[in-house]
Amino acid sequence: MPRITDVPVLPPASTAPDQAAEHPAPPATAPSRPQQPNRPKQPQRPNRPQRPKQPERHRGHAWARLVSPVAVVLLWQLVSSAGLVSAQKLPPPVTVWRTAVSLVTTDSPAYGTLQGAMLVSLQRMAIGFAVGAVAAIGLALVAGLSRVGEDAVDPLMQILRTLPLFGLIPVFIVWFGIGELPKVILIALGAAIPLYLNTFAGIRSVDARLAEAGRALGLSRTEMIRHVILPGALPQALTGLRQSLGVAWLALVVAEQVNANAGLGFIISQATQFLRNDVILVALAVYAALGLITDALVRLLERKALAWRRGLLSQ
Amino acid sequence: MAPRTPLPVAAQATAARGLVREFDGRRVLDGLDLDIAPGEFVALLGVSGTGKSTLLRALAGLDRQVTGTIDVPDRIAVAFQEPRLLPWRTVLANIALGLRTREPETAARSALAEVGLTERAQAWPLTLSGGEAQRAALARALVREPGLLLLDEPFSALDALTRMAMHRLVLRLWQRHQPAVLLVTHDVDEALVLADRVLVLAGGRITFSAPVDLPRDRDRDRDHPALIELRHELLRQLGVSQEG
Repeated sequence: MPRITDVPVLPPASTAPDQAAEHPAPPATAPSRPQQPNRPKQPQRPNRPQRPKQPERHRGHAWARLVSPVAVVLLWQLVSSAGLVSAQKLPPPVTVWRTAVSLVTTDSPAYGTLQGAMLVSLQRMAIGFAVGAVAAIGLALVAGLSRVGEDAVDPLMQILRTLPLFGLIPVFIVWFGIGELPKVILIALGAAIPLYLNTFAGIRSVDARLAEAGRALGLSRTEMIRHVILPGALPQALTGLRQSLGVAWLALVVAEQVNANAGLGFIISQATQFLRNDVILVALAVYAALGLITDALVRLLERKALAWRRGLLSQ
Repeated sequence: MAPRTPLPVAAQATAARGLVREFDGRRVLDGLDLDIAPGEFVALLGVSGTGKSTLLRALAGLDRQVTGTIDVPDRIAVAFQEPRLLPWRTVLANIALGLRTREPETAARSALAEVGLTERAQAWPLTLSGGEAQRAALARALVREPGLLLLDEPFSALDALTRMAMHRLVLRLWQRHQPAVLLVTHDVDEALVLADRVLVLAGGRITFSAPVDLPRDRDRDRDHPALIELRHELLRQLGVSQEG
């Protein structure tokens, strides 16, 4: 008799994987929990900001992460000062800094101003990226939300994706000349591909069980897209956004090397002719800084838009 | 309290006739008939893979490949084994989702109060415990004032203590709102504690049906001879008992 009653009370073993699949976020955030025991130490740290909980560890960490880059710059300066490498080939950090300041303060005939060039490059980037992003998201929606759309759009995008982006430059020059248009198109194309692929995959990977729950709640097609599909696709779409920004910056740098008469790429090609590696380094640093800033912006966006994922940590 | 047989065949009764559903040539539902009276609490038992969830999805209108006739109340609500709350909407927004009433948020708030989750209204679902999430899912189902409430093993992922609390909550809500309930479960004791009538699904049909004629505080009364006898019979029907 006792054996009989034992049987049906068993909780089903099959529920565990279901649970795990239902909540993809907790496994990603959970590993930081075990570090909690370290927290009592933190008040002794210098530079400790007043914000509670999660962010403070990141910030303390950020300072620690500055140590090695600063050390490299110092070493670079020491090597240059000691005369171990020629200042022509590798100008020391101090020289690069002075060059940067003079590029900003003087409007030289050879280079123009640094900020002017930066604006030209930024504008190319902004236009190209906006065009690429709008096209990518539109196409991903078309392909993601209907079978017909998928059959129409996805094969073309998969073909585009396999084309070597920079191999298209000669063709673009023939088609679009050497003005702004081929540059903008190259950036747009570079930005569009990863964003499309990720947004499409994000839409298609939305949890079918949530979609079923939505149907059981009687959601209309529009409500389904708005409440279930788009928010479900957002995490991966944002990953795609970061990737596409990276590719777009790269496309800008490459596009600007080709027949530019303004912009950061123009400064670099001028500096190459005058053997001014210090100027080249300044321009490269500006590219890097712009890339970092846009990446930080997307991460900020992620933090706002995906607040529901950090729910576990902030409680 | 529980409305029992016989009830007049009202518009809000649930009736399914000759349901057939095949998966890859395998008949999971094979000419199944089922009746649920308005306000009746029915538990459906069956071993794994007998098509309990298939039947529930058919009644919920989530399966378009099922054939046969189905008459169900206008408003149906489902609570699944997993809470299936949208993680990117607050608990309150989840409850109000798709509500066509005039003030969905007010209705959602009172539903949350009923399941004791008023304070978690603005929380993200991922911050809820398993029991809280399942209570929210119940609130989301009940706020629709369904004529038929379909429960697909909603307690099976919960720990034993939470499950007992959930049983009491479900009974209280059922007595207040009076929906017909179809509870799919593979837990015989759960079925006996909650239901007016227990069914066994086997071979694609309802093969066993018996009323549970006992007062409602049955979890305190597990050793009642009638319950023991019925439990025995159900286990035999499910092919678990040694005497079977």
